[in-house]
Amino acid sequence: MSVDKETVAKIANLARIEVSEDELESTVGELNNILDWVEQLSEVDTDGVEAMTSVVDASLPRREDKVTDGGYRDQVLKNAPQSEHGFFAVPKVIE
Amino acid sequence: MTDLTKLTLSEARDALHKGDISSVEITQAHISAINEAKELNCFIEVTSDKAMDMAKAADETIKSGNAKGMTGIPIGMKDLYCTKGVHSQTCSHILDGFKPEYESTVSQNLWDDGAVMLGKTNMDEFAMGSSNENSYYGPVKNPWRAKGSDKNTVPGGSSGGSSAAVAADIAIATTGTDTGGSIRQPASFTGLVGLKPTYGRCSRWGMIAFASSLDQAGTLTKTVRDAAIMMESMAGYDPKDSTSTNIAVPNYEAALNGDIRGLKVGIPSEYRVDGMPEEIENLWKQGKEWLKSAGAEIVDISLPHTKYALPTYYIVAPAECSSNLARYDGVKYGLRVTGDSLDDMYKKTRAAGFGDEVKRRILIGTYVLSAGYYDAYYLKAQKIRTLIANDFKTAYQKCDVILTPTAPSAAFNLGEKVSDPLAMYLNDVFTVPASLAGLPGISVPAGLSAEGLPLGLQLIGQAFGEEQLLNVADVLEGAASFNYKPTKWWGE
Repeated sequence: MSVDKETVAKIANLARIEVSEDELESTVGELNNILDWVEQLSEVDTDGVEAMTSVVDASLPRREDKVTDGGYRDQVLKNAPQSEHGFFAVPKVIE
Repeated sequence: MTDLTKLTLSEARDALHKGDISSVEITQAHISAINEAKELNCFIEVTSDKAMDMAKAADETIKSGNAKGMTGIPIGMKDLYCTKGVHSQTCSHILDGFKPEYESTVSQNLWDDGAVMLGKTNMDEFAMGSSNENSYYGPVKNPWRAKGSDKNTVPGGSSGGSSAAVAADIAIATTGTDTGGSIRQPASFTGLVGLKPTYGRCSRWGMIAFASSLDQAGTLTKTVRDAAIMMESMAGYDPKDSTSTNIAVPNYEAALNGDIRGLKVGIPSEYRVDGMPEEIENLWKQGKEWLKSAGAEIVDISLPHTKYALPTYYIVAPAECSSNLARYDGVKYGLRVTGDSLDDMYKKTRAAGFGDEVKRRILIGTYVLSAGYYDAYYLKAQKIRTLIANDFKTAYQKCDVILTPTAPSAAFNLGEKVSDPLAMYLNDVFTVPASLAGLPGISVPAGLSAEGLPLGLQLIGQAFGEEQLLNVADVLEGAASFNYKPTKWWGE
């Protein structure tokens, strides 16, 4: 499988990364090199093999569903490029 | 008095506990050495005042008789760890100006034991790279150069600032992080010991995420004993990381008994790769002989899916990265580039904030997870990952630890591979399989290349088998007796 300019533009949009027309061209080549190389995985027979979901034999710990931490509004906002009235501020979304 | 920057961590600890030296003295000595070594670019932020305060406090602790292994030891923290109020950006521009309001569990564990923070070390952006050339803050120069050459070599990556700092004697030890080899390969390139423990041994809380099913904290140190002391401080269960494992942390240093008689060392035939320099093949053979002479039994083993590990990794890691890095949107922290709309702001911010390699991996990851391709790429890779983990399980029915080379070459020159992503990826060919299986691995300096550059051997252990792994590594280190140092060319 390989990607073309249109596909790369689509992926870049999904990933929310602006890519210029020039970059698009070189990115197509780079991504195809990598995709050609990983293509060798198709020769491995994986019929009946479980996909790995956890690398260690451990079950996730459980706890009672109650609030144990939090209340750090000002600390959470401290690194925000822009905040107003105790909220993150972003460009206007609705006219 | 001896040069305090030449001490190993265990030597410094003993001298501190005896009262022969103070933490203030040894910290000051390292800060001076850092200032002299600026051109290596190991540290992107030096926290001198904080270090001196921590050293004074450590000296008080020692006087009161409550010293631990790390008390008063000046170390460097990889920029990937969140340290409260201090630069923590994984050397990315997208986290511009970010100063965490909290401390990572691993760094907190070290500070609780009295370790002293010298500063934050340089690294490949988001830990993506094998040469430290992907840092927003510029490349790191390896203190090692080929014999008679004035060309700069790379310190490995992604923990390149951490490896170069210890090799240059400007930090006694440093933390690293290892996703596919980011501790072990830099250790091999700089003549150090690099330990990546079992996945789940250290908490990932407060470590800026790259690929969450692979990322693990670890150490870059001058000796195996140093790694044992430091890992004991860093490791442990943390309720804030649900993937950290609730197993008591042993006294790793006590495991170094030098006795490996009867231990079975596996040699995987699949780790002979095309184009591997003969000197690495020979060093591997030599390693086998050393362990055999110490009483170990050498066993031939097979890890049949080894050749698929690297391509599997380059699906799994980018997939997880594309998901983890979605949080950098110019809203919550770091860089914001204004745009015409919210979407435009996201796109411009991410275009300006991420470097080329990070973007490449986000795009690959987005592609392999996108509708129609998920099964063919991501699901397939996760199945092969199971097969790779099973290879190790089968092998460990025949052997206790596995011996391999750490990297397929010695340190290469700065700029040599930077334009060829695939050539760069091949650096991790021997380290990635253990990462995919979550197993602990350690690189031990074992010899010099014909050009006079360090070469390491890797030992891979069983899950949570760090004690045995460190014990074998200690024997290997003793037999190799690698006591070379780079010739100082910087700061003159």
